[in-house]
Amino acid sequence: MPKVKFDILESTCVPLPFENVDTDQIIPARFLSATSRQGFGDNLFRDWRYTKSSEKNSAFVLNNPKYSGKVLVAGKNFGSGSSREHAVWAIFDYGFRAVVSSFFADIFMNNALNNGLLPVVISDDLLKKLQDLIQKSPDTKVRIDLEKQTFTILSTGDSVKFWINPYKKDCLLKRLDDIDFLLSIKSSIINYENNKNLAR
Amino acid sequence: MKPKTLFDKIWDEHVVKSIEDGPDVLYIDMHYIHEVTSPQAFNGLKERGIPVLRPGKTNATADHNIPTMNQHLPIRDELSRNQVEKLSENCRKYSIELFGLNHPKNGIVHVIGPELGYTLPGMTLVCGDSHTSTHGAFGTIAFGIGTSEVEMVLATQCIIQPKPKKMRITLNGKLHKGVTSKDIIMYIISEISAGGATGYFIEYCGSVIESLSMEARMTICNMSIEMGARGGLIAPDETTFEYLRKLPSIPGIDNIKSSVNVWIKLKSDPDAIFDKELKFDAGLIKPMITYGTNPGMGMAIDGSIPLSGQNESEGSSSFLKSLDYMGFKPGMKLLGHPIDYVFLGSCTNGRIEDFRAFAQIIRGRKKASNVTALIVPGSKKVEEQIVAEGLIEIYQNAGFEVRQPGCSSCLAMNEDKIPQGKYAVSTSNRNFEGRQGPGARTLLASPLTAAAAAITGRITDPREFITEEKKVKK
Repeated sequence: MPKVKFDILESTCVPLPFENVDTDQIIPARFLSATSRQGFGDNLFRDWRYTKSSEKNSAFVLNNPKYSGKVLVAGKNFGSGSSREHAVWAIFDYGFRAVVSSFFADIFMNNALNNGLLPVVISDDLLKKLQDLIQKSPDTKVRIDLEKQTFTILSTGDSVKFWINPYKKDCLLKRLDDIDFLLSIKSSIINYENNKNLAR
Repeated sequence: MKPKTLFDKIWDEHVVKSIEDGPDVLYIDMHYIHEVTSPQAFNGLKERGIPVLRPGKTNATADHNIPTMNQHLPIRDELSRNQVEKLSENCRKYSIELFGLNHPKNGIVHVIGPELGYTLPGMTLVCGDSHTSTHGAFGTIAFGIGTSEVEMVLATQCIIQPKPKKMRITLNGKLHKGVTSKDIIMYIISEISAGGATGYFIEYCGSVIESLSMEARMTICNMSIEMGARGGLIAPDETTFEYLRKLPSIPGIDNIKSSVNVWIKLKSDPDAIFDKELKFDAGLIKPMITYGTNPGMGMAIDGSIPLSGQNESEGSSSFLKSLDYMGFKPGMKLLGHPIDYVFLGSCTNGRIEDFRAFAQIIRGRKKASNVTALIVPGSKKVEEQIVAEGLIEIYQNAGFEVRQPGCSSCLAMNEDKIPQGKYAVSTSNRNFEGRQGPGARTLLASPLTAAAAAITGRITDPREFITEEKKVKK
């Protein structure tokens, strides 16, 4: 698993105001045959981004030159469905570094945190306000401060605290990963196995 | 002592270490891997130069990305072939047992795990696949993980997990004829929405759950993820033990009697507190079908599509976008709507009971000429049972061809794709846009409903085909 640092991000946003966007939409299964982590960004939201004849669908937000940025502002229950980490790799590879929603699917949330893509949970009301703002003014910027756990809409001054597991926060700020941590407590794991007679 | 839920008992037993204010380090008893979500995890081990800590606690299969015809021939698609070969190579290198393509025990990971006796009560079990929740049917904490977590398990036999909240779903009442475990779980999901159990681990109980076979319980637990739950489990009971006793062998267990004496204690304490409790009356459940593009968008087969999205704050845009994709309109009835494909299979409904249920309806009838059927056993063992029980003749006489095992059209990574705009009644678990192929329109249903549709070529209430004498077992 990659070691990625995240501290402060200030960026414009890309709006995707649909609910229940599942990982099959983020990266369709037919693109999962690769055996490395790279290159999935090309097929991010493939079937929304391209037409049947593989031409760019100009109606889709990623093809709209008005919108750009490192923050994807999604709808409720983002990342539901399949556990494929490829969904997170695709979003990250495309260039996003944070996803904002009022509600993420559990496995997606874990996968995102394990890859340095920050999932930021804000209220339904603020999410709606942000979506409307971006639609009206695509240059709307947000600031995400992981150390302070604050999410701010710069033009309006709306600022809220968001929650993140303290352990994961530490990992992202210090560019650590779970396997380093688990290997550092290997003796506890072996003790656990010995006590339960599990080693084989 | 504070009363505990079954989930708490198993979880707490597996905590190697609790990180302050953070997640737990959880020991994993059983780890399944497959070709699609494991290669990058093995790459990670190689980069670090570390071994697999406990190769004996990981089992592998090839299922997602394999053809379901002519499996003896090399896989035609180069990337798919490479991915399947990569799995074999990694298993050889790290001494992991592989039930790969053409192995006599090959099949879908969530079908063969229980068949081979690797899934047992009281375990923690993970796999890089969200339908790992299936194994909860045995009283197991089983859940899907991402590839980074697969790497963690390979390297240390542990993962770092926040403990989910607990939900209890109780199902009492009398199940009507023609209503299967698939309908039960689709009904529950339609009631609480596709995200309604996010953050929770479910325990299913009640007289109806207790009356179900292991296969039917697996179908219920399998789709826990479709309401957002990490997983769902059912306390092991005599049905569970009987299933396990009938297995040819259980790896690591010589004396099942003494194991049963331990497993029988795996229950929630009578006054254990759940974070959320839901109760449903099984008598209200009819055969179900989905009309939209997430599993929460389901209804009774004789019902009408709602006029707006009941589970959404805004309601409008996502709901209408979904109906538009399906080619449906709010308020529409679906009975009689023509269909093009039928898919019987997947980790949800690819077990022998599902093939028996489907056969019960097609017996002595003919497949509608406008329907293409993909009939895919969940494993080699199921394939063998179909032949041994004489079901194969029923399928052949009715015009159905039985394919070879695999995940197939459930996620359409292989050639088993539903074409653009076509309607498929599928016994699988997800009706997402493009799930069964770009532009494919999936209608999730039980094997009985799929069989009825295959015979008439239209969305059909399976109860029309079921007489009182031929009671459905599930």
